[in-house]
Amino acid sequence: MRRLLFLAPLAVFAALAAWLYVGLGGDPARIPSPLVGRPAPAFAVDGLATADLEGPALVNIFASWCVPCRAEHPLLTHLAEEQGVAIYGIAYKDRPEAANAFLAELGNPYRKVGYDEDGGAGVEWGVTGVPETFVLDAGGMVAFKHTGPLTPDAVRRDLLPALGR
Amino acid sequence: MTRPAAILALLLALLSAPAQAALDAGEMLADPALEARARALAKGLRCVVCQNQSIDDSGADLARDLRRSLRARLLAGDSDEEAIGYLTERYGDYVLLEPPLKPATWALWFAPVGFAAVALALALRYFRRRE
Repeated sequence: MRRLLFLAPLAVFAALAAWLYVGLGGDPARIPSPLVGRPAPAFAVDGLATADLEGPALVNIFASWCVPCRAEHPLLTHLAEEQGVAIYGIAYKDRPEAANAFLAELGNPYRKVGYDEDGGAGVEWGVTGVPETFVLDAGGMVAFKHTGPLTPDAVRRDLLPALGR
Repeated sequence: MTRPAAILALLLALLSAPAQAALDAGEMLADPALEARARALAKGLRCVVCQNQSIDDSGADLARDLRRSLRARLLAGDSDEEAIGYLTERYGDYVLLEPPLKPATWALWFAPVGFAAVALALALRYFRRRE
């Protein structure tokens, strides 16, 4: 037994290497949001401000130039129209005309739309890209953040429970 | 120029970091002291969409937004800590290029020292025994 002790450092190294190797496989775009568990951040843009937000609701960051936003759009429409979920939209780094044309083409699932032309509100929300979707609970606290386009799976697994449904 | 000198000059040219920064003149603050603070802080903040570039180095749109927010905080009278805190409140510790020292990162900071200590202890024991 004692003679095998020389293998101990090797075992420690193997365990550490395995743990770090698993870490390499993680998606570096998935950054946990420090906003979760805190009230919605203070922001005010043309069309939308913090005081307008009434939870439970979704806050969806989108842009007309964002292709994945098109992909998730039918899901947002379904949530708003079939399930009665309140969704607020923030058009991130987009001209209002372009954002409005996008909504005219695909339909407008939003209760209210804010136009964040310079991305300032995006910084308040800790946005790193579009689309991103935040869940506000009944008390107006941020309950969840989804990065990237929504999928039916993510809606079922994460968004609806966080909305309290 | 002699040949070795030319090679040396070429090597030095390759070694020198690109001199131009990502920020353009329009972003800079009028107060040079404040601008110097902003530059120093920006070097320690991660451009969160480019992962290992600071917002001072990066030409990404988001990096420019973060530089602008940082300068706005400094103009509003924030201390360095308050300005950094403003960004970590929104983007998390991930925005810091140097991980902060706190219980969740103790392993990160102290493991190398721990490993070195264990190695030293084992080495000492081994050499003592051989004597």
